[in-house]
Amino acid sequence: MSAIWIPLALSLKVALWATAINLVLGVAVAFGLSRWRSPAREVVDSILTLPLVLPPTVLGYYLLVLLGRRGVFGEWLDRVGIQLVFTWQGAVIASTLVAFPLVQKAARAAFENVDPQLEDAARVLGLRELAVFFRVSLPLAARGITAGALLAFARALGEFGATLMIAGNLPGRTQTLSVAIYAAVQAGDDATAGTMVLVTSVTCVIALLLAGWLSPDRANIRRHRS
Amino acid sequence: MTVDVAIVKELSADDRRFTLDVAFSSDSRRIVLFGPSGAGKSLTLRAIAGLLTPDAGHIRVRNRVLFDASTGVDLAPRHRQVAYLFQDYALFPHLTVAQNIGFGLTSGLLNPSRRERGRAVAHWLDTFELRGIADSYPARISGGQRQRVALARALASEPGIVLLDEPFAALDPALRGRMRRELRELQARLDLQLLVITHDPDDVDALDGHTIEIRDGRLWEDARPPARDAGPLRTDIEPQ
Repeated sequence: MSAIWIPLALSLKVALWATAINLVLGVAVAFGLSRWRSPAREVVDSILTLPLVLPPTVLGYYLLVLLGRRGVFGEWLDRVGIQLVFTWQGAVIASTLVAFPLVQKAARAAFENVDPQLEDAARVLGLRELAVFFRVSLPLAARGITAGALLAFARALGEFGATLMIAGNLPGRTQTLSVAIYAAVQAGDDATAGTMVLVTSVTCVIALLLAGWLSPDRANIRRHRS
Repeated sequence: MTVDVAIVKELSADDRRFTLDVAFSSDSRRIVLFGPSGAGKSLTLRAIAGLLTPDAGHIRVRNRVLFDASTGVDLAPRHRQVAYLFQDYALFPHLTVAQNIGFGLTSGLLNPSRRERGRAVAHWLDTFELRGIADSYPARISGGQRQRVALARALASEPGIVLLDEPFAALDPALRGRMRRELRELQARLDLQLLVITHDPDDVDALDGHTIEIRDGRLWEDARPPARDAGPLRTDIEPQ
């Protein structure tokens, strides 16, 4: 059984970290973009959406070029003692990158849906901008952001290509569930592969169901429970 | 003069341009800016609240300079001691009535607690007879109640002036008369300074204050209530 539990635990750890990082990063970028009035906005948005359409292997290659030992930031990372290639932290970076657009897009849509008049009302009532964000914009966008985060979690859980490129396939250290499935199939261990496929599928279906349940068009019905 | 406004603002969207150029001052406790929609009333109100920065001019309320282009003064909305009643009240949908009223009384990063409420909130709940719906969410209360909550929320922070944007437009006609009387009574009882904008001559009559007429971004004529039968003023029927 440990053939399943160890990769599953690692996958959950990686996906949770990736989702947590994306919640902070994706929400911050989305809020900035939703308030930024510039023609360059859509260009930036397109670039940030690239991870959604580029093959994960290409993203993994970019990560190696940037973060690898001989990469652009490799020497600097080495000096401060951060090792990303062939580590689970590297898998977190890969999953974060791949899932980032899902949080960012959902959060941006949610922020753009917040009535600007409510934010104006908060300003006139004496709040500074940071308080307006935490007390009005963020709570009103919370549902959409959570839905995006669940999608991102499911996507991070299934990350394969970029993870394999940067973190490799080290059983017990960087072998996540999706990588372990590939290894099991290669080794002809169909029983283990089948179980892991089932576990992954069920987890992702649950995440998607939750995300659908939280989606904005249902929010209007449920928000005003008293 | 308790209210002294002289502002110029140039606005352009697509290929339409609009120039707001209004100047008025008044000592009245009930100042009414009257004019058709699109005349620049809301822009004027937003400028006084600090939500819109004029290109030139000054705004003074009760001897405080809120804005002065020549000296570079431009107070943030939170420092203006101005209350703003939005046309559709802009109540926070994620907060209860009591939390809405207490919203401006805490300036930190957290909203007021749902369970505990301070004395000030209790006082305003009583003043507006809202105790019974204190824990309800705005979506669950009536239009008249919503306006009372918005007023209570605006008054809780003890502003120097209350700006009201078409305060009765969102109400059904049956309720309008009652809420006009209520506002009038409240103004007298608490000695509030109001600045109301409206396109409705009935509001002008009911408020019976210093009326200033605005059209196409400019002052039309000063200080006289409009004649009731003045056809062109009825802008609720817009020519197509």
